[in-house]
Amino acid sequence: MSTSEIHDNPARLSPRGIVRMRRRAALHKFTRSFRHSPSGMVGLCLLGVFVVVAVAAPLVFPRSALDVTQAIANPFQPPSWDYPLGTDDSGRSVLALVVWGARISLLVGLAATVLSMVIGTTVGISSGHFRGWTGGALDRVTDWFLVIPYLPLAIVLATVLGRSMLNIIIVIGVTSWPGTARLIRAQTLSVEGRPYLERAKALGAGHYHQMTRHVLPNVTPLVLANTTLAVSISILSETTLSFLGLGDPDNVSWGSILEQGFQAGAISQGAWWYLGAPGVCVVLVVLAFNLIGRAVEGILDPRAAGR
Amino acid sequence: MPSVGTPPAHRGSRSTVRSHPTATYVVRRVIAAISTLIFVVLFNFFLFRVMPGDPIALYTKGRNVDADQIRLLRAALDKPLGEQLLQYLTNPFSAGVDSVKYNAPVWEVIGPHVWPTLLLVGTATLIATTIGVWLGIRSGWNRGGHFDKISTNVTLVLYSMPEFWFGMIILIVFAVGMGPVPGLFPTGGLTTPGVDTSTPAGWLDVAWHLALPVTTLAVIYLAEYSLIMRASIIEEAGQDYLQTARAKGLMDAMVRRRHAVPNALLPTMTLVFLNLGFVVGGAITIEYVFSISGLGSLTVDALSGPDVPLLQALFLLFSAAVIVANLVADLLYGYFDPRVRT
Amino acid sequence: MALLEFDDVSITYHSRGVDVPAVRGVTLSVAAGETLGIAGESGCGKSTLTSTVLRMQPKSATVTGEVRLNGRNVLTLPWGQVRALRWAEASMVFQGAMHALNPVQRVGDQLAEPLVLHNRVSASKAAVRVSELLEMVGLPARSARVYPHQLSGGQKQRVMIAMALACEPQLIVADEPTTALDVMVQAQVLDVLQGLVRELGVGLVFISHDLSVLSTTCDRIAVMYAGRVVEEGPAADVFDHPQHPYATALAGAFPRVGDTRYRYAPSGLPGDPPFPGDLPVGCPFHPRCPGAMDECRMAEPPLLQIGDRRSACLRVHSTGERS
Repeated sequence: MSTSEIHDNPARLSPRGIVRMRRRAALHKFTRSFRHSPSGMVGLCLLGVFVVVAVAAPLVFPRSALDVTQAIANPFQPPSWDYPLGTDDSGRSVLALVVWGARISLLVGLAATVLSMVIGTTVGISSGHFRGWTGGALDRVTDWFLVIPYLPLAIVLATVLGRSMLNIIIVIGVTSWPGTARLIRAQTLSVEGRPYLERAKALGAGHYHQMTRHVLPNVTPLVLANTTLAVSISILSETTLSFLGLGDPDNVSWGSILEQGFQAGAISQGAWWYLGAPGVCVVLVVLAFNLIGRAVEGILDPRAAGR
Repeated sequence: MPSVGTPPAHRGSRSTVRSHPTATYVVRRVIAAISTLIFVVLFNFFLFRVMPGDPIALYTKGRNVDADQIRLLRAALDKPLGEQLLQYLTNPFSAGVDSVKYNAPVWEVIGPHVWPTLLLVGTATLIATTIGVWLGIRSGWNRGGHFDKISTNVTLVLYSMPEFWFGMIILIVFAVGMGPVPGLFPTGGLTTPGVDTSTPAGWLDVAWHLALPVTTLAVIYLAEYSLIMRASIIEEAGQDYLQTARAKGLMDAMVRRRHAVPNALLPTMTLVFLNLGFVVGGAITIEYVFSISGLGSLTVDALSGPDVPLLQALFLLFSAAVIVANLVADLLYGYFDPRVRT
Repeated sequence: MALLEFDDVSITYHSRGVDVPAVRGVTLSVAAGETLGIAGESGCGKSTLTSTVLRMQPKSATVTGEVRLNGRNVLTLPWGQVRALRWAEASMVFQGAMHALNPVQRVGDQLAEPLVLHNRVSASKAAVRVSELLEMVGLPARSARVYPHQLSGGQKQRVMIAMALACEPQLIVADEPTTALDVMVQAQVLDVLQGLVRELGVGLVFISHDLSVLSTTCDRIAVMYAGRVVEEGPAADVFDHPQHPYATALAGAFPRVGDTRYRYAPSGLPGDPPFPGDLPVGCPFHPRCPGAMDECRMAEPPLLQIGDRRSACLRVHSTGERS
């Protein structure tokens, strides 16, 4: 008997070890199915490219490439060998802007999604777990936020909080959680009806134990699928808010490039490269997250596959 | 289950025939809408007042305001919070303070901007729903076919676009002109200055101005609607009652039209209305890009300053519009779907 | 000429590159006005077999053999003619009583739909016929104006029966019409169906896993196992004196109260039915059969006719009569 067989023998493992092993097997099965989803893999590759670009930005272009005072090229110059994506209204390389913009757009998108997921999952599990007054109130609040139009709410919040990267993350996180909460609540309700939770309750498990040990592991796959889809929405939101001038004034993001181009009259100049490049990046990244999210959803819920 | 002893013929009498949503259903929906509205009003009031720092500074940030205006603002904002709230509740739209930027009551500023937005959003929604639903039905019904593959991929790409970016690209291509494409459409506005909009020529002028923004919005919306409708049709396609319909000898198209579509439309309708917030967002940026002087442009205008009283009023107006539209959708749903009438 | 004939019908599903034979060489017939019961566990192929009567089998299935309705092979008819005979010549009462009706259409409209389609009657004439149909199944005529969710499970199944009778078909296929209902309602619905079939002289194919129900409802019973008919004969004979050990087990699973023969008889079967894609060699029943012999593991026994009964068991073939 080899060592691996000893480890894989459930009889010799603690209950927690069995759980860990089962999860590992599930993860393995998941990655195998994901590899068989062509669109999911396309999305993953696309995303990989952008992550590499974002991480490597300082290696490709020095930060000074973003400095208006150090720009030497002519403004509104169409793509050429020296400037593959042309130049902006102050003669900076659009390629350098787009590469640096990837950092902020991805960072804000991911951070805002994490915030939104934490709020959404907490509210969703709590409103599904606590019946009666607490659950009802949380459900009501979710309903309110679900109905309030998202962009006006974000605009008002961003105005009050002021312009900074942290604030834009907070604004997106705080406005985009209700959809997640609704989804998680429904899943929690179905988990709550299952016998093992009855058993845990009968054995005297506290609310915290029930929610973290029994409900949370069961809603996690759903949260993950939802997360990938939510990132795409966060990135779109960041782009929109930055375009409206509510982004971080000290950093370049794809949205702020679009804002600047629009303000500088790139449309009447016909400077398609200036506006086109950051937009195409947004579309590709958002599309990548959408493709990945749909593939994950399809694996977790085969009935929904291909929707 | 009915009791065993009851003779079958009498059991039918238990189920009364209803053709309208029940009163409880309507009342519950209306109460939910009102509670949301109250929440928005309170949220709107407290958001700008409980924030740390001087509210006056926030209200007048980055603008030269004369001493008169400051005095008025201070008079309004230094009252006790309870009194302010009462005053606010009696007229939430005025916020107790005039628009800082336009130096006029906010509703007077907002009024003329309503129609352009309604015209733009209404036309775009109408076009988008029609085409989107049709696309969704077609691709969902023959799921996995050529049409479905192409349509789903295209709609996914459109769905991933920021609508204002799409609008800017459309502007460059069709209004400014690019390469062989001449600029055929105006770059912005709703009318050519000097044209009388009450004449047929004026209507044509408005249509010519609206063509690009409406197309932009419609294309983005229809991506969303067709994805929703497609999912909905696929959900229905596996249902037993469609087997019944086929077994009856109906042609495939009739099974789809008479049975699948009416069932699939209902969930689509709720989702469409729930996504009205998204529609509003699109209107804001598109009006800004196409310089249409509607509520969206006004919002962006109020942002630079910011003109807080105006912004608050606009937020309230957008929220109220979406809440009311949702209520209407709920009531319509209750009317069309016999299952939710209780 | 029989009303319905299955002639050596085999149905194969294709899923992920694997061929799964759901039905294997079934030959059965139903005469006009006759009732045939088909019994078997879930997955034995009985629903798949009867779905071919209206050519309702899934697109992924390949069907060989012939399914003749009034002498015409349904499998090769042009689609237009298939649609024309659906519901007009043969209709169905579906398994899922709860979901077989369109939830957003009034019951009356759903009943009238095949009438308008096949008999081309006017709306007012259809309405008269709808009331007539509802009364036949013991529902008030005003039920036509309600929506399905306002009806109980039993009432919905009555509506389904009324719908099946709408175009006065010669054959009705009832696929477990009562399984989703509770026992008392089951009996009522069964009474309605049985009464109308007798009264109107309609041919009936009745699918159930409950042999006792079939024995009281049907003229003949066919027992299916792993995609084949393993026993067929007059209803009472098959139920009271089953020959094939599987039929014996099925009959034992539904004992008659008060009948001493059931008191000490072992009931229930060990094991599960085999997966259709991976059948055991020899008689597919041998792993679960209490009287399996060595020969049973060699080759699949053919379905042989002895008197007015058919049976696919080597023991029956060798003794002529088992029991």
